[in-house]
Amino acid sequence: MLRLYDTEIHSRLLLGTARYPSPRVLTDAVRRSATEVVTVSLRRESSGERAGQAFWSLIRELGVRVLPNTAGCHSAKEAVTTAHMAREVFETPWIKLEVIGEHDTLQPDVFGLVEAARLLCAEGFQVFPYTTEDLVVAERLLGVGCRVLMPWGAPIGSGRGLNNLFGLRSLRAHFPAIPLIIDAGIGLPSHATEAMELGFDAVLINTAIAEAQHPALMAAAFAQAIAAGHAARNAGPMAPRDVAMPSTPVVGQALFSSAAQGVAREAS
Amino acid sequence: MRLLVNGAWREIRSGDLAAALEELGFGGSVVATAINGQFVPASGRRAVPLEEGDLVEVLAPMQGG
Repeated sequence: MLRLYDTEIHSRLLLGTARYPSPRVLTDAVRRSATEVVTVSLRRESSGERAGQAFWSLIRELGVRVLPNTAGCHSAKEAVTTAHMAREVFETPWIKLEVIGEHDTLQPDVFGLVEAARLLCAEGFQVFPYTTEDLVVAERLLGVGCRVLMPWGAPIGSGRGLNNLFGLRSLRAHFPAIPLIIDAGIGLPSHATEAMELGFDAVLINTAIAEAQHPALMAAAFAQAIAAGHAARNAGPMAPRDVAMPSTPVVGQALFSSAAQGVAREAS
Repeated sequence: MRLLVNGAWREIRSGDLAAALEELGFGGSVVATAINGQFVPASGRRAVPLEEGDLVEVLAPMQGG
């Protein structure tokens, strides 16, 4: 069980809802992933098409919790305004706060992020900040009231996995009691397993599932991978070594030649 | 008056945001609104007067990552 602010969830896979080939495929992926939380956004509505209304009906029928984002915002002001609009439409204090600072990498503008988080936390929002693995930024986000952090694994949609293992391990070690969710950059179930083995609490996946040839099957694969990684973390992985160590006991091993006996004497 | 609604100029007769949404065909829709970059909650739409050239954003739930 994972506690995010005052909400307890059981699935450690959070699922993005964008880039699926059809609503039906999205529905199948949500079900096979067994996720309890999906991310959503706000975009301009056309009174003719009413696409947003149809999408919202679909999400409500799925019965999952929504985590609205502020995707596309490039300033704290834009993100705060979007958060206000999202809270009204989605009727949740949750907000996945994104303030983008760089066009090519979609790297967070961490200065704007902290400022927007400060304003939103003060207003009672439960902020899920999309951030980097930077420890000082993490400290500042916690200082303004965030109780969950969402560090990137790699640039959004890149599928490159965990780019900075040292930094992410360090983040986990510095904030052992804060829910840390890897957001962005995961491309394969093995990346998600690795994140969970490192001790991260959950993983948010979108493109890796939506753009798979069979999204529902990939959603199931991610669910298994995340559960396996989480179990492995709880099981306490062995420490790696630089030299081999025979797994079969050496005591009682037969010697079949005098040369081998010599080797055995030297070794003892 | 002319308003820039979701990036397109529209000729509107209504004097407040609530009425303008009806006129634009958003009646009954789940939408959030902003005028000139300021969030306008649903409860405040009738009290917000519109002015020529206002930037009106009408946003709805959409897919997101």
